[in-house]
This record gives sequence, structure tokens and C-alpha cells, in this order.
Amino acid sequence: MKRYSAFAIAKNALSHHQGWERAWAKPQMKKEYDAVIVGAGGHGLATAFYLGKNYGITNVAIIEKGWLGGGNTGRNTTIIRSNYLQDPSAAIYEKARSLYETMSQDLNYNVMFSPRGVMMLAQTEAEIRGYKRTAHANKLQGVKTEYIGPQKVKDLCPIIELSGPRYPVLGALWQPRGGTARHDAVAWGYARACSEMGMDIIQQCEVTGVTQSRGKVTGLQTSKGDIKCKKLGIVVAGNSGHLAEMAGFRLPLESVALQALVSEPIKPCMDVVVMANTVHGYMSQSDKGEMVIGGGTDGFNNYTQRGSFHHLEETVRALIETFPMVSRLKMLRHWGGIVDVTGDRSPIISKTPLSGCFINCGWGTGGFKAIPGSGWAMAELMAKDEQTGLGAQFGLNRFQEGRFIDESVAAGVAH
Amino acid sequence: MLNFRCPNCEITADETDLHCDGQAHIERFGAGASDDDLETYLFMRHNPKGVHFERWRHVFGCGKWFNAARCTVTLEVFGTYSAQSLVPPKSLINKIKKKRPEWEGFVK
Repeated sequence: MKRYSAFAIAKNALSHHQGWERAWAKPQMKKEYDAVIVGAGGHGLATAFYLGKNYGITNVAIIEKGWLGGGNTGRNTTIIRSNYLQDPSAAIYEKARSLYETMSQDLNYNVMFSPRGVMMLAQTEAEIRGYKRTAHANKLQGVKTEYIGPQKVKDLCPIIELSGPRYPVLGALWQPRGGTARHDAVAWGYARACSEMGMDIIQQCEVTGVTQSRGKVTGLQTSKGDIKCKKLGIVVAGNSGHLAEMAGFRLPLESVALQALVSEPIKPCMDVVVMANTVHGYMSQSDKGEMVIGGGTDGFNNYTQRGSFHHLEETVRALIETFPMVSRLKMLRHWGGIVDVTGDRSPIISKTPLSGCFINCGWGTGGFKAIPGSGWAMAELMAKDEQTGLGAQFGLNRFQEGRFIDESVAAGVAH
Repeated sequence: MLNFRCPNCEITADETDLHCDGQAHIERFGAGASDDDLETYLFMRHNPKGVHFERWRHVFGCGKWFNAARCTVTLEVFGTYSAQSLVPPKSLINKIKKKRPEWEGFVK
């Protein structure tokens, strides 16, 4: 694999850029693998990458129903932050955030990570207390955040209207090392690195069944034929329940639609990410100049990858109060993704009742930011076959044991 | 936008008049139940790609609860019925089966 560099660009310019090779191979599926990952989104590819990088397991196939990075990895608002309240979440999201910082170098692929800072606005008294509490917790966890007053908010983001009639801005939780990254590039960068390690990425291949013998997974049936595997990782977000059913167990998950939209591109006006959780909207400006806006989830199970119009209207209405200038913007595109939400709004990285089968799901509305950390933890789980390390607390058994990682209360919002 | 006919007040209501409260016909367990039963009651949910039975409340209307059958892939509403029913009415199940021959039927 040729390395990407300024020198490579100059060299390829001489041959009119005809000499670039494919970023990842298009292999034939083999009959047997040491490990098979279902789902070539960010989380699945990151799992495969760290299986190879951290544990030397490279006889791996990544099976994808559609195309790589075509699910929620390509459908989010690209926000990266780690200001969570509970220790296990802060640890895994902070690991992810720190891996994002060096990802472009690690993968030799520009993921355009931009640590521009993320602020979560406090717009009620309760939120002020909540975010101060989170700031204190983050201090203990070693996550760098700070509670800031309204004037600092205005300094950091001049287009904010502080004295909105319904929800004035009273302060914010500020994480200066949070930011955004190019979402597709994260999937592509991991795919390229996995392919380089000799892993097979099989696209347009739907899993139709899980084969097992004596309580142990032995392989998969797919639309491109059967494969054998010693270990199976299910990393399919919204479709987790469907795959779990094939493997013979149930999950405490519900799939709902979360929507986002982008405006026409405008000149740079906002160089931070702002989340307004009380009114349920968040916004950042992409490198192209589009305002990227995210909203809330619909309140019912949904697999349609589109959400309700009234939710969209609520999101935009809320943002207009805090950012009056967006009222003149035309919205260009609008889309929805299917997110799998657990009872405590924390993910599941777990062994399953089927031996050799592991599941990584339940990232809900905040999976993109966790991709490298999630892959890191899932690879550790799959390689060691024990619930340990970064993902130790995220086992399925926590629901039975009442040992929740309760982030639904911590954030006060779907996130 | 979803449209439901509220079986309590007989009004056809939009999604914005209603609130969804998730899976219907959940069997409830209390003190003395096994860990498995309690976990199933509290956390395990049907999450089908297709026909789903749910509880809805006509919040901005009569305020009463009812159950509905809906497809999570096409968002088609098959019908609504009283929240007092322990299982969906036969007529509704037959109606859904006619429309979706591949549907495996109501699972509690």
C-alpha cells in the first residue's frame, strides 16, 4: 500500500493522478476466518482494526449488507466529546477522543479531526447544577472540561443570542478538546488500514443466519454463501435485534429514528460546536460552510431512516431562538438514521449467551464520537474472550444486576 | 405523519396529539419474581422490523390510553383497540395477516 503524503501528491500529479491505487481491496470471500465482524460501519471497522493492531489477529472478514460506512457512520453530525458523568462512559469516550487526536497519523488518512471545542448550553437552573456536577466529575475522571458563564459563551460563539425570551443562555459546559471529524473518512481510513493488514471487507453481503453447534458459534450464512468462523462480532447498530434473533438471544434495545439536516453553505460564522439540550438541538459549521443541525429522536420504534416533520420543526424553531441568524438560511438536505437505544442510554459491549459470539450495540444517538474507543474495547473483548478493560462495565448482565451506567439522567437528553 | 383513530373518543388524531409509550402487552412482574422475569419486564423489548403492537396515549385529546398495531418499516397503522385488551383482537390480527402473509403472528 502506498503511503499518502505531500510527496505522493506531487509525484502523482506528474501522471495526472492516474496512478493512485484502490484504497482498499475488493476480495473474494474465503471459506473460513479466525474472526468475522458483521457490520462495516465505523464501530465494526475499528473493531477489526484494533483486533489486528493490538492483538495480531488479521485473518478477519468484515461483512456488510450495504456499503461500507453507509449506515449511521455516514448519517451523523460528527460531534466528538467525552464530557460524560459516569466513570465507565467518561473512560471509553475519553479514550475515543484521544484516539481521534492521532487518528490521521495512525491511519495515514486525513480524518480532518478538528478539536474546535464543544459547549453544552445551560438554559435552566437545573441544567446549571447538572453541568457543574458533570464538570466536577470530569475533573476526577481526568477529562478536561470547565463550566463557563454566559459572557465566555458569547466570546466563544458570537452568533448566540444570550437573552432568548423562553430559554436564556445561563452558562455552558465547555470541553475545549472536543470537536468534529470527517465522518466518512473515519470509515474509509479504518477500511484502508484493515485491508492493508490483509483483512477482507465484503460489501453487499447480507447475513441470513448464524450457525452454531453445542452453544458455540461456528459460522454464518450469508447471501454470498456460508463462512466458518471461530469468533463472531455483531456490530450492526439499528439491526442488532434482528441479528441477535438469528443468534438466538434477545437484547434490551429499541430502534428509533434520529434526524439531522444541513443548511446551504455560508461564510465561517461559528468555530465551535454548540449543543442546546433543553430545547433539543445542536449545531456546528462544516468545513464546506454548511450549518450542521441535529435534533431529537422520534418517540416510537422506526426502521424507515426518516423522521417526523414536526420533530424537525421543533429543532429548527428551538435553534432560531438561540441563533436568530439561522432563520434566514435555506436548508439543503435532511436525513434520518436508525439508532438503537438501551434502557440506561449506555452502550452494550458484551459476551452473549452464544459462546464465541460478541455484541457491540446500543450506542443510541451518540455513537460516532465513540468509534475508536468502541473498537478498542470490542477488540479486547473478542481477543481475550472476557469482560475486561475499557468495556468491562458494559456487559449485558448489567440489566439483570441493576448495575446501570445511567447516562439518560446525566445528560438529560438523547445524545 | 402518523394518524390513529382513538378508540376511546373516536377522533382521528395526528401523531402530534399523541404520545407513544412503547411495547404493549408487557407481562408485569413485581416483588418475588425471578431475576430473568424482572429483567424481561423492565428492559427486554420487542424491536421488530415489521408489525409492532404499542401503547399510545391521546395526550392532547381525551387523555386516555389505547393500543395500536403499526408497521415499523412502512409506518402503516393497521388499527387501534382498547388498552384493556390482554391480547390484540382477532379481527385485527386477521386483517394484518391478510396484508402481511409472511408475518409470524402476535408474540407476547
